Amino acid sequence: MLILQILIDGFAISALYALGALGFTLIFGVSGVLNLAHGAVLVTSAMVAWYVGTNEAAGALAGAASGVLAGVITAFVTYAVVVRPIQRSKAIPEGERELFVLTGTLLWGVMLQIGLGYIFTTTPVTVHQLVSGTVDIMGVRTPTNEILIAVMSWLTLGVLWLVVNRTPAGKRLLAASINPRGLTLMGVELGQVYLLAWGIYGIIAGIAGVLLGSFLGTSSAYIPALTGTAFSIVVLGGLGSVTGTVMAAYVVGYIETLTAYLVSPSLRAVPALLLLVLVLYFRPQGILGRR
Amino acid sequence: MKQTSRFRMTKVFGALAATTTLAAIALQPVRADTPAPIEIGITASLSTIPGAAIANAAKLAVADINAKGGVNGHPLALVIEDNQASATNAVSSFQRMVNQDHVVAVVGTWISEVALALEPWSARLHMPFMVTGAASNDISAFVHKDYAAHKYVFHAYFPSAFLAEGVCDLSHDVLVDQLHMKSAVIISEDAAWTKPLDAGYAGCLPGAGLSVLKEIRFSPDTADFTPIFQQAEALNPDIIISGWAHVGVQPTVQWADQKVPLPLAGINAQAGSSAFWKATNGGTEGVITTSTSAPGVANTPLTIPFTDEYQKAYGISPAYSAYSTYDAILALAAAMQSAHSTKPDAIVAGLEKTDITGTQGRITFLGQSSPYTHALRFGQGYVTGVAIQWQNGTQKCIWPANLANAKPEFPGFVKLPKLASAN
Repeated sequence: MLILQILIDGFAISALYALGALGFTLIFGVSGVLNLAHGAVLVTSAMVAWYVGTNEAAGALAGAASGVLAGVITAFVTYAVVVRPIQRSKAIPEGERELFVLTGTLLWGVMLQIGLGYIFTTTPVTVHQLVSGTVDIMGVRTPTNEILIAVMSWLTLGVLWLVVNRTPAGKRLLAASINPRGLTLMGVELGQVYLLAWGIYGIIAGIAGVLLGSFLGTSSAYIPALTGTAFSIVVLGGLGSVTGTVMAAYVVGYIETLTAYLVSPSLRAVPALLLLVLVLYFRPQGILGRR
Repeated sequence: MKQTSRFRMTKVFGALAATTTLAAIALQPVRADTPAPIEIGITASLSTIPGAAIANAAKLAVADINAKGGVNGHPLALVIEDNQASATNAVSSFQRMVNQDHVVAVVGTWISEVALALEPWSARLHMPFMVTGAASNDISAFVHKDYAAHKYVFHAYFPSAFLAEGVCDLSHDVLVDQLHMKSAVIISEDAAWTKPLDAGYAGCLPGAGLSVLKEIRFSPDTADFTPIFQQAEALNPDIIISGWAHVGVQPTVQWADQKVPLPLAGINAQAGSSAFWKATNGGTEGVITTSTSAPGVANTPLTIPFTDEYQKAYGISPAYSAYSTYDAILALAAAMQSAHSTKPDAIVAGLEKTDITGTQGRITFLGQSSPYTHALRFGQGYVTGVAIQWQNGTQKCIWPANLANAKPEFPGFVKLPKLASAN
């Protein structure tokens, strides 16, 4: 009974972690950008979804859609206002650009955090759920929303896999992650590939933000922790590896859930962080890292 | 080119500075005619529900006092500083308010960690400091232990020990007598104010008729509460008794989502504000929390006018800290009025003699002999607080009996003890 409870609870939270970290690893894989404003994009989507969703006239579905849209807009703004100008700046030496992008997105994330705190206060809110009620799975009372979250997460992962592996545009994304110079030589405009990558990133982060906000609640104060969790999962899985990220999300999700149930809920995050430190010592490239 | 533009800028700034100085001089005689305002400092985390309520209530209190002629002919004015829930920010802001703004007293903070960090500064700077939302027992215990140094601190809200007593009285009158409950699991956030609260719960709940099956403490940054509720449910208690202030939305929403079959009562501080309904998407339906007062509840003749005025001005109902802050400023004004002084020691002496009717009840502070020196006096005839329950989107008062305007009701998924459901 307890085992089944841990399996179900851990599955949903891990799926959510995977989705939350997916965009982060995608944008790194394709364009080499470590987007430290990631948590801020997630929370912006969730906040907008909450704000629209609690409006009587709009409803939960319109709320969720606006949240995803907000994710896409925030992603494009991040790219256009912060990332691209730094990448194209002649004043910054080639070798230092990644560091400048890292700093730029970090500061942008802090700005978004303060802005969201100012508009919505730091008091947590919960995004209106698309489905309510509970389902009995072999004696375990499971909220329907938790099942929806797991399904939506895996659906998004599946669609992303299809887009990357089965469509020409997706194949260009994959190529850009492996050999951007080769892609340029083939006559492909790299700028457009990046734009597509940020668009997909925005959709994924938007969905993740809305689902996270409906399950765990949301507040601008959660932004640093969300960026941190996504970063840890991606480092554990191997930077840029989508499969590695999903595996790492499940490792972290289940370790946390096991700790919460069997040791103490207040120690939930500790063992996974210890594991991360060990990985950095003994396998710095992560589970499925390429370098 | 560059030189000229810089020169021009200097000229512009020079002109601006000259105008400002002239304007200031011109304004001087006007100021001398009206008595100088008495400045009061407010320290609160303005982006939180209880923190914003402190600042909002202080503004209303000052407006009400000024409308009646101020204090000894002087109007009151506020210096409101956002401490962003950080003890470090609060300390520097406290010093700034004292040294630069020359405030006569500082009022505020609902976070015990912040209140305890400011307490030594109140002692060092001889600055009256009224804590209006934090609950650690240590706030008043320090005054008791070293009265000469710490006498400037007044705990114009309840120490956790009294909060626990309030919940125990509610448990006895409502949960045990009316609903026939027998056992409870305590679930509290890990913070300075809940250690004495949990000790208080464990001490007085059995006497009230609820045996405590387990005390569960969790980290305030917990996101998934499923394991905690599961653990509680496995013990088969009749009710969960909460000790929450820093958290509120997530555990409440998850309790409703997971249809945890145990009723939820105790202290769920954020549920005291009407903003909580929207923040939880109605997940708070059926939740019981003790608070200082609630909409439509007349602790005293001042309560309902204040609640209505607050609602009109800010669009939400006052959080618990609004009532305590409003009363603290009334007490402060009365102390300065009777002492005919704004000197720290005169204010302290005046506050010690406080006996006024506030929005919460009869306001007096405990004396030196009490281990809770300078804390608000708790009990029948003074201030007891109320218990509210969210019913169909509104806060109803279910305790004490003389103020109650509704009977307890619970959502369908909550299982009550057999005897009660037969009623």
